[in-house]
Amino acid sequence: MTRNGEFKFSENLPTRHRTGGIWRGIFLAATLTGIVFLSILLLKIVNDSFGYIVVEYGIHPDALAVDGVPIGELPKEDLLLVLQENVTPGRFRTLERELPMEQRSLEDILAIINREVVEPKVAQTWTLSDSLLHKQEIEVYAAENYPEGELYFKAWISWDFITSPQSSDPLYAGIRTAILGSLWLMGVAILFALPMGLGAAIYLEEFASKNWLNGLIRTNINNLAGVPSIIYGILGLAVFVRALEPLTSGAVFGYGDPSTLNGRTILSGGLTLGLLILPIIIINSQEALRAVPSSLREASYGVGATKWQTVWSHVLPSAIPGIMTGSILAFSRAFGETAPLVVIGASTYIVYDPTSVFSKFTALPIQIYQWTSRPQDEFRNLAAAAIIVLLLLLLTMNAVAIFVRNRYSRRY
Amino acid sequence: MAIPQSESKYILETKNLSIYYGNFRAVRDVNLSVERNKVTAIIGPSGCGKSTLLRSFNRMNELVPDTRIEGAIVFEGQDLYEKNTDPVEVRYRIGMVFQKPNPFPKSIYENVAWAARIHGYKGNMDELVEFSLRQAALWDEVKDKLKQSGLSLSGGQQQRLCIARTIAVRPEVILMDEPASALDPIATLKIEELMVELKKNYTIVIVTHNMQQAARASDYTAMMMLSREGERSGTVIEYDETNTLFTLPKNKQTEDYVTGRFG
Repeated sequence: MTRNGEFKFSENLPTRHRTGGIWRGIFLAATLTGIVFLSILLLKIVNDSFGYIVVEYGIHPDALAVDGVPIGELPKEDLLLVLQENVTPGRFRTLERELPMEQRSLEDILAIINREVVEPKVAQTWTLSDSLLHKQEIEVYAAENYPEGELYFKAWISWDFITSPQSSDPLYAGIRTAILGSLWLMGVAILFALPMGLGAAIYLEEFASKNWLNGLIRTNINNLAGVPSIIYGILGLAVFVRALEPLTSGAVFGYGDPSTLNGRTILSGGLTLGLLILPIIIINSQEALRAVPSSLREASYGVGATKWQTVWSHVLPSAIPGIMTGSILAFSRAFGETAPLVVIGASTYIVYDPTSVFSKFTALPIQIYQWTSRPQDEFRNLAAAAIIVLLLLLLTMNAVAIFVRNRYSRRY
Repeated sequence: MAIPQSESKYILETKNLSIYYGNFRAVRDVNLSVERNKVTAIIGPSGCGKSTLLRSFNRMNELVPDTRIEGAIVFEGQDLYEKNTDPVEVRYRIGMVFQKPNPFPKSIYENVAWAARIHGYKGNMDELVEFSLRQAALWDEVKDKLKQSGLSLSGGQQQRLCIARTIAVRPEVILMDEPASALDPIATLKIEELMVELKKNYTIVIVTHNMQQAARASDYTAMMMLSREGERSGTVIEYDETNTLFTLPKNKQTEDYVTGRFG
């Protein structure tokens, strides 16, 4: 029989190429869909983070100028006079009682005048796209509806936004407390979950015998990694906030006033987040340990090393890049978690920086969640700005993970 | 429990040794006596249990779960698989070189020094490293780059580094599992010359696919073969001085194999 009789090569070839081409198109479409939605998300957030706003004043700052000198350039004595003229005597005395005026700085008094006298209020905001495309209309509209107001372009995300504490006034609200709260939470979660997870992974992968009980434990850890995060919140509420309240509130350590203490602290939140990512860390670390080639273990056993020496000197160093990458990705997941923190009762409004693990706290995702649920437009702008900060922090963590992996894999 | 030294002619003897993976008997009824300061080769076709047999000599086979043996392996008069024999001591005294070069992902120096250090070596480490690398015929090639990673060496150099690593703990027996199968002919020749040199101080057992290698480098040869009928387990069908086995084989299967008519 001739070769041409057995094969239908030339008849089949175009079809084979076409099939490949179709699949390629489908995969490309899937990729593009993902990119489109990601871009929409980013555009939406950026769109909300910048734009024109109209601010109305109780008293316009220009009206407070003394002899043509704007209040920003006045000496302290003149500022005090301005303040005294424009607030009630009772209010002035209250301020004096809080901190005597002589001890207050120039900036502090300016801030008080701004807050109590100028009283800027956001009347309306526009998105970035509107601000760019319909500048004229906005200017006309603002002049008609807010003749007393001031129209200017505001970047909601700014250094002030990052460094200011939470405030009920959207013009001055910032996310410092939320960022610090998130960092404290991550610190607790890392200190708790990394040693525990790594230890469990080493035991399960290297020391545990392969019997049915350990098989059951392994399966259950895999299942735990898929449990919805809100369930961990309920667990954290029951165990850390309620049952272990004396411990997590700091009462047994004599921390603060026992009558106001409760278990809704950074410690509870961090431990809850730690529990949430513990299974992920265990699974990732087990994968990393399993990926260490058996030839390396054999080399170590072959020269008479014990199991522990083999694990400690050869297996662990080779697995570290994988363990670090997996763990950092787990932590960046915890960083964005909202539900469990809501359940254990993280504060939504808090203006004081956390000072210890027993502090009340808020976190970035909580802050975003709270702002997005407000009816006023300007809080949506704040939420968008906070989302950008959250995304940047997550990007940084992932970049660190990639750096660590590349840096340490190169050694071997 | 410390394994004693003995003055017997044979350093390692198997007594009716069978090795199982679960219920599968991979090696059956092996009686082999390995002579001191000689090179003993184990040859045979793929899958006949050569490596399994070799790995049982220093209990490396135990790394595979569900492995067990029947019979006994006696090393210097002591049963290696007796309850109170520590596998760590077995592997300290019976070293192993593997088929694929597997240096530690550490510096060349550290590759040689690590094992000596964990066993509590008290002498001059630099001297030990130099001595071991010289014995493995690698010193001249690496003496200027001891700080470099062991993985930066060529395949043949890596395998000699693994031999140096094994020598550094001064084992009594060195097991080699097809040490040259991943190497080119020149590197292979170096390893063979090395074996002849090393047998002055050590006893060597080598598994090889390469019959010329067995003929060139070994003093004794064991021929392994899978049983033709019944359970497919391997056993030693002929064991003799290498010269005799290759020139006057008593077994028909051995003759077919060493003359290349195996099939």
